[in-house]
Amino acid sequence: MESRSRHFKANAAASLANPVLQTNLKTAKGKFVDKRAIAIKEIDDFEGSREAAKNIRNRVLENLDLWLEKFEESATARGATVLWAKDGEEICRHVAEIGQRHGVQKAAKSKSMLSEEANLNLALTAAGIRPIETDLGEYILQINDNEPPSHIIAPVVHKSLDEVADLFHQVHKTPRKTEIPALTREAREVLREHFLTADMGISGGNFLVAETGSVALVTNEGNGRMVTTLPRVHVVITGIEKVVPTLEDLTLLLRLLPRSATGQSISNYVSVLTGVKTPEERDGPEHLYFILVDNGRADVVGTEFQDMLRCIRCGACMNHCPVYQTIGGHAYGWVYPGPMGSVLTPLYTGLENAIDLPQAATLCNQCGVVCPVMIPLPELLRRLREKQVEKHLRPWFERFALKIWAKVAASPSLYALGSWLGVRYLKWLAGGRDRIAVLSAAPEWTLGRDFPAPEGKTFRELYRKGKK
Amino acid sequence: MRVALFVTCLVDLMRPRIGFAAIELLEAAGCDVIVPAGQTCCGQPVWNSGDRAAAAALAKKVIDEFVGSEYVVVPSGSCADQIRNEYPVILADEPEWRARAVELAGRVYELTDFLVNVAHIKTLPGNFSGSVTYHDSCTGLRGMGIKEQPRALLAKMSGVELKEMAAAEECCGFGGTFSVKFGEISAAIAAKKCGNACATGAQTIVGGDLGCLLNIEGKLRRLGDETTQVRHIAEVLTAKK
Ligand code: SF4
Repeated sequence: MESRSRHFKANAAASLANPVLQTNLKTAKGKFVDKRAIAIKEIDDFEGSREAAKNIRNRVLENLDLWLEKFEESATARGATVLWAKDGEEICRHVAEIGQRHGVQKAAKSKSMLSEEANLNLALTAAGIRPIETDLGEYILQINDNEPPSHIIAPVVHKSLDEVADLFHQVHKTPRKTEIPALTREAREVLREHFLTADMGISGGNFLVAETGSVALVTNEGNGRMVTTLPRVHVVITGIEKVVPTLEDLTLLLRLLPRSATGQSISNYVSVLTGVKTPEERDGPEHLYFILVDNGRADVVGTEFQDMLRCIRCGACMNHCPVYQTIGGHAYGWVYPGPMGSVLTPLYTGLENAIDLPQAATLCNQCGVVCPVMIPLPELLRRLREKQVEKHLRPWFERFALKIWAKVAASPSLYALGSWLGVRYLKWLAGGRDRIAVLSAAPEWTLGRDFPAPEGKTFRELYRKGKK
Repeated sequence: MRVALFVTCLVDLMRPRIGFAAIELLEAAGCDVIVPAGQTCCGQPVWNSGDRAAAAALAKKVIDEFVGSEYVVVPSGSCADQIRNEYPVILADEPEWRARAVELAGRVYELTDFLVNVAHIKTLPGNFSGSVTYHDSCTGLRGMGIKEQPRALLAKMSGVELKEMAAAEECCGFGGTFSVKFGEISAAIAAKKCGNACATGAQTIVGGDLGCLLNIEGKLRRLGDETTQVRHIAEVLTAKK
């Protein structure tokens, strides 16, 4: 997917000015945050579980190559083919080739963020394969002119029921329905035929299990099961970091993922899929492919950003992020929004292509405390800011202002002079009022709020004079 | 108890009365208070902006300035967090300095935490009366564990009625330099905080970090609210009727 992260500010302004989006974001926040808070109480030692989950993920990342080899070995032994993709282009090429090999005309897809990274649908269409998104959210986006998702687990969280009702009415040419069950029924009827006629199923993978060569899928709509069992060919596309050592490790992560994501104790469907259909079995694909994707991940291994690769894509960080809650996912401009996206986007698409994202956070650490695998997101954002400074990627006036502040704050006499002048200037600007309406030294501050006036003298002056 | 006050640059510039209120509180708790004269800024703005070298220089300056004081008290959760939790990280590569940072970390406290858990203050100098709602500033809350301490102090004041707001622990949108880099987003987040605070009907919004308070007050006034007061916890605890 082409990144629009460079335009973060403009994107965010558009989001702020969109009243429908604002209402939708508010509704979504309430649901996610409250439900998670209730669900995590079911686990006796939630913090201990987070710690254990973190350790499992770290253990894998420390020897990622070995665990991937182990996975490849186990998966191959069960009749699957493991392919490796360096980037989005290679994903597309692999899928197109698999399609050609098996005479595929239609591919039914369940959710895969990697296919968003790769812009796979476009490539499939070009290769003569018709991609059908079958996750309800992704389907809505697809029929809305391939709109990008705005959330990693709730891709249409930015849309209201009314908007979806209008869309179905226009695209399906059916009478407009406003009840959710009626709308989902309509989608089901459209999709059912595709499930039955698709020659290929494409899915993502929440986890890969090294000891068994399985892929674990966590879904709520059941479309994942159709996609992975009905078509002749099943292609799993997932990141190389998704591997976990054992089924037992998987069970712990499965306790944390749905609770953190949607506040469910368990998702409606949890599938652990292993190998191709054997002669005695009636269901399942005849051909199973894993496309394990790097697309920037390997470069993060062993760096100060490695913690980010623990991510299990639950979305809790964005659900709890004051910035995400205020501007929604599209503003971030690429596949992954919110705090995790603000770390991943610069890492995967280039620091210089997402210059605002590491800065677009208040570092409130709400994300860090909810993350089920304890990723120190604010700390990673801060390190990215450090990288930006090292590479001189920040605008000159910001660099200038920082240098001045560092100089002044390092010298008590300069500071005394500067602060003496500064507060008097601000006091003068306020002109006798208790606030300043336009602050030219920091114009962004007064865009949406006033700047309270200072008292007029510094603490150090007053303290020295012994006055209170 | 000998206490050195770290005033913070924001209090120095914007609200000296918070500094004096902090001194009054510490003295009421039986402390001898000194204010090292050369102090400026803890370096959080440069650290959070990614300037490690500048942050390290300021960290060393603070470490030097506060040598020998029994306790260092800060009327700000986020500046206290910078000193306690970030200095050892900033100076990780310089063992001697790191050791000194860790030593300082062991005796630096946020004001309300110090009053409640170290100085065990008995009587407060103020007799504020009115309804208040408390905003939990993010870094104080999640970095320093400041939650019950200010409430315990407010509970000692018979005239104070605490009305908790919804989502008190959610960010007000300040975020230091975030507020001047992404003004519109920052102000939009502040609007939500103001909404939650005002919904309680409290006359005064109280907090422990001046940055957040300036943000909230600025948003309230822009929204046309001329009546709701915004005060630092130290001001409330020392306010005389
Ligand atoms: S960073 Fe943590 S909270 Fe955010 S999506 Fe990943 S696992 Fe979930």
